[in-house]
Amino acid sequence: MLLIHCPWCGARDEAEFRYGGQAHVDRPPDPNAVDDREWGEYLFVRDNPRGRFSERWVHSAGCRRWFDVVRDTATNEMSAEVPSRSGRR
Amino acid sequence: MAEPYAESPLATYTDVLERSSVRGQLRIAEEPFLAQVTVRVDPKSPAAERVGTALGGMLPNQSGEVVLAGDLTVLWLGPDEWLVVGPEGRDRDVQERVTAALDGEHGAVVDVSANRTVLSVTGPRARDLLNKGCALDLHPRAFESNRCAQTMLARAGVILVRRDAEAPSFWLLVRSSFARYLADWLVDAAEEYRSGGGEP
Amino acid sequence: MSNEFRLADGGRIDRDRPVRFDFEGQQLQGYAGDTLASALLANGVHRVATSNKYGRPRGIMAAGAEEPNALVQVEAPFPEPMLPATTVEVRDGLQASGLPGKGRLATEEDPARYDTMHTHCDVLVVGAGPAGLAAALSAARSGARVIVADADTEFGGSLLGSGQTLDGRAATDWVRRTTAELAEHPEVRLLPRTTVFGYYEDNYLVALEHRGDDASSRQRIWRMRAREVVLATGAHERPLVFSGNDRPGIMLAGSARTYVNRYAVLPGRRAVVFTTNDSAYAAAIDLHDAGVEIVAVVDAREVVSTYWASLCVERGIRIHASTGVVSTSGTDRITSAHLSSLGPEGNHPTSVRQVVTCDLLLVSGGWNPAVHLHSQARGSVRFAEDIGAFVPDGTDQAARSAGAVTGVLATGKCLTSGAEAGRDAARAAGFDAELARVPDSKHAPILAARHLWVVPGSGDSDGTTQFVDLARDATVADVRRAVAAGMDNVEHVKRYTTIGTAHDQGKTSGTLSTGVIAEVLGVGVGELGTTTFRAPYTPVTFAALAGRERGDLYDPVRVTAMHDWHVEQGALFENVGQWKRPWYYPHSGEDMETAVLRECYAVRSGVGMQDVSTLGKIDVQGPDAAEFLDLVYTNKMSTLKVGRIRYGLMCTADGMVFDDGTVTRTAEHRYLISTTSGGAANVLAHLEDWLQTEWTHLRVHLTSVTEHWATIALVGPESRQVLADVAPELDVDNDGFGFMTWQEGNVAGVHARVCRISFSGELAFEINVPWWYGREVWEVLMAGGRPYGITPYGTETMHVLRAEKGFPIVGQDTDGTITPHDLGMSWAVSKKKDDFLGKRSFSRPDTARTDRKHLVGLLPEDTNLVLPEGAQIVEQPELGEPPVPMLGHVTSSYRSAVLGSGFALAVVKGGRDRVGETLYSPVGDRPVPVTVTEPVFYDKEGARRDG
Repeated sequence: MLLIHCPWCGARDEAEFRYGGQAHVDRPPDPNAVDDREWGEYLFVRDNPRGRFSERWVHSAGCRRWFDVVRDTATNEMSAEVPSRSGRR
Repeated sequence: MAEPYAESPLATYTDVLERSSVRGQLRIAEEPFLAQVTVRVDPKSPAAERVGTALGGMLPNQSGEVVLAGDLTVLWLGPDEWLVVGPEGRDRDVQERVTAALDGEHGAVVDVSANRTVLSVTGPRARDLLNKGCALDLHPRAFESNRCAQTMLARAGVILVRRDAEAPSFWLLVRSSFARYLADWLVDAAEEYRSGGGEP
Repeated sequence: MSNEFRLADGGRIDRDRPVRFDFEGQQLQGYAGDTLASALLANGVHRVATSNKYGRPRGIMAAGAEEPNALVQVEAPFPEPMLPATTVEVRDGLQASGLPGKGRLATEEDPARYDTMHTHCDVLVVGAGPAGLAAALSAARSGARVIVADADTEFGGSLLGSGQTLDGRAATDWVRRTTAELAEHPEVRLLPRTTVFGYYEDNYLVALEHRGDDASSRQRIWRMRAREVVLATGAHERPLVFSGNDRPGIMLAGSARTYVNRYAVLPGRRAVVFTTNDSAYAAAIDLHDAGVEIVAVVDAREVVSTYWASLCVERGIRIHASTGVVSTSGTDRITSAHLSSLGPEGNHPTSVRQVVTCDLLLVSGGWNPAVHLHSQARGSVRFAEDIGAFVPDGTDQAARSAGAVTGVLATGKCLTSGAEAGRDAARAAGFDAELARVPDSKHAPILAARHLWVVPGSGDSDGTTQFVDLARDATVADVRRAVAAGMDNVEHVKRYTTIGTAHDQGKTSGTLSTGVIAEVLGVGVGELGTTTFRAPYTPVTFAALAGRERGDLYDPVRVTAMHDWHVEQGALFENVGQWKRPWYYPHSGEDMETAVLRECYAVRSGVGMQDVSTLGKIDVQGPDAAEFLDLVYTNKMSTLKVGRIRYGLMCTADGMVFDDGTVTRTAEHRYLISTTSGGAANVLAHLEDWLQTEWTHLRVHLTSVTEHWATIALVGPESRQVLADVAPELDVDNDGFGFMTWQEGNVAGVHARVCRISFSGELAFEINVPWWYGREVWEVLMAGGRPYGITPYGTETMHVLRAEKGFPIVGQDTDGTITPHDLGMSWAVSKKKDDFLGKRSFSRPDTARTDRKHLVGLLPEDTNLVLPEGAQIVEQPELGEPPVPMLGHVTSSYRSAVLGSGFALAVVKGGRDRVGETLYSPVGDRPVPVTVTEPVFYDKEGARRDG
């Protein structure tokens, strides 16, 4: 049970959160302007590194706010949480 | 026409909850029909200040902070979200005051009085009882009087409010549809205190 | 034969509380404080179980959770399989029998309760032996919140069984005083009978407390979050590998000492002690002093400790240096040990054997620190040459190890390291902690051990009776076979031989097997390392893990304000997500089909009423609410006028249907949207996600109000009249109250929001009142509708009615691969909006294919047939050889009262171009013909919605 630091509510059990996948996947500002390949990559292609990974979480059982963390996928160590406020998709 | 009959989510549980209470140790009861209004506004805006004033205090701006303003209890639920809890029937008054205070600035005021009901859990056993299903640290060193938290109790989402540190006293605000589940759970979890079980 | 082997006095058993128990039909007596193992030994019972692979007799090897052999099936008080006899407390009425490896689960329901407790602390001390108690003392005195957990029934660990002294008094005195002081600290929680079995990220540890069969909960799972952890988990004695090392009567030396000192039980009359280190001498002395004849101490080392030698000489105990036990005799009990000179380390034995008669053989191959929890916490271990075992070597968690788990074996050092660890842990947690004074202990000099894995010259050359893991019946021969098969890694050998995978998870065999593998491979033990330690440390029942979450509390049951009414009317319920929804309301003697046909008929011909409170409801407020809704719905919501309602579809970014519902514009900057019953939480999360992370410039607030409202659907040609009767203030005429509009007004004396929407094609009103009034308004409507034959209906009827109209249900007719166009709902997809979720994906080549699966209707040729939902659709009446090309499948299927036949909705490849075709659906073993139709079966013109 990870202890995840919600930037608003503080440290809570992992069970209060939902995972949102990779952070900083920007939605093309004009989806109609990108070709099918680019759009497909936006929809479906994500990184899967061993090591530090920027990802999104939402404190679903708490304040319902989304935020980003950097998690080491090998150790689950989390850091650098900031409120997720722009272009985080 | 006669006044319509209102039934709180745990109206049929009054006796069950009463029976699961243990004199001097634990008391579980519904506090039905409390007025509840969700308020959303940018905490840094002048409107937020006006809303605070209109409610008779400041909007709490610390995580999990609770502000008591007269007969109103204002719960911090998020960085721009509060729940104002008041006596039965105060919902309209609170909505009007907050709406007027917003004065057209962006915010939200929503009557959610019937969306949740309130269970009070009091007594020396209250903390242990809640910790059977709540992972938060409820020790007074970690969760003081007049603190609140949105969290899980067993498998239901709740807003947990610590109201009094002297004799432990908590409010559980629970979605109306989950109220019976949570009451059933509390009664089951309280069984050991009722049967005179030992130190948990 | 009762307690023939019980000493006349001593021990920590309660002789005033004798208990009677049954072992394999034998009535035996023990005392409170006994384990089943100690009570059996007191009665002279050594053979307890039978090995699971070779059927060999097995006895009691250890005195704790590390026991590999003595597995029992408990029959009473409640059946429980595969418990080590060494961990079962005897009690009156206990009934148990030995196991041949496998147990048997209870067939009756377990009447006991199980529960969970969450807790937090500054310092968690795992293990209450000398190190753990000293650690707890240092930490507790600082005022820190301390938890001490120990698997045993009482605190003290090795001190309970060693008979040693501290500060010149019995060590158990110090244990008692220390425990009493700890219990006095208000912020200290003592948890005996509690095994910490899992150590997870961020200092989250999970423990199992055995509270007893009579407690309010038989077992309790503790979920503990600790700021700092002190692991004082001790060490397990390591057996030795030689031929026939598995016979009953062969016991770990330290365990034998525990039986004598703690339980006042003689594990035999005539014993041989075989050791590689000093620790077994203490056992030899204690057993001798208790009356056991020690025939020989067989020490693998060339040079033995003068300290211990002199104690042996005093007692006339003969020491055989540089000697080993190479084999044994005996069937149900060892009868003799065969000694052989070992020669110096690295050499092969030279001389012949000597046969020594005995009924007990104590073995000690050294001590394995119990690094399990440390390793679970991703701490690393290193091989310590001095003890020939693995010790903790750093961890990233806020944890430290103390005592025997670190490889120190002398009690004094354990106490000191514990006190230091407790102080350091409390300091790290922010407390001003001092070092607790530790008592003086007698310190015997320790002579280096000899690390012996397979005893050289063991009797059988092929190693088939040289057991490495007794619980798995895995031998040296198995290890050799694994290595010969090319395995040179402990993890691989473990899986090939199953060593370390039994109930005991290799507590005694782990390091030993690494040693044996290393020997076979000819490499150093440290190079090989250990296998991975995983939770649980000891077996945990599923019942304990489930705790309170079983039966009615397994998952929340969500009910509406009108639930009791439905129950009173005999409704059967359907689970929709966590909701209980009325499924149908059978009259007496009605089956489901009859009831549903009756309900459907009533709605289509008169008036019906359904509780639709479970639909999700979200309040959407803000100056940009209209723009936001335009982005998340496929159709345009900004053009909706205040007072009106529009049906809307939501897609995910990939263009697939995600949810649907209605959008009600309640004010210029305010909407109320509805979601499916099961989708409410997901829709809110989805909307918040886009609002908070993508369209952050939009000024919109979302508030879930699902349970604020009780919602009643009043449906059917007579619904207008019923509503008019109970809501005289409301203008219910079609002109005054048009389709897809809403009004506020009194219904049955309650201020309500009434919407004219329909999910059946019939004239219908949806009445929303605050939850509290739901039951009252429902009953008034029922009463008011009685003259019109008002009929309550459930979800099944609702499904039939909407399917007759071809209205899909998200999650039933869609599955995350269906677009609005696939559903034939292009009308709900705006062509004017530049952007909305899903739009761009509609032009992706795969999404734009014309031969995608479309939602169509199916009419079976046999009008009596109701196709099973999920049935496949194929082109030909003959299936032919597999793979048979599948065209699609049935998503909804019912019998229709108005159609007088079965009918179905289905998704079929290119379905809209197949309308009129005959396709086939395999039902049972034959494909039945079905005709493809438009999905709308009833009132295609929509004439009925206005009544």
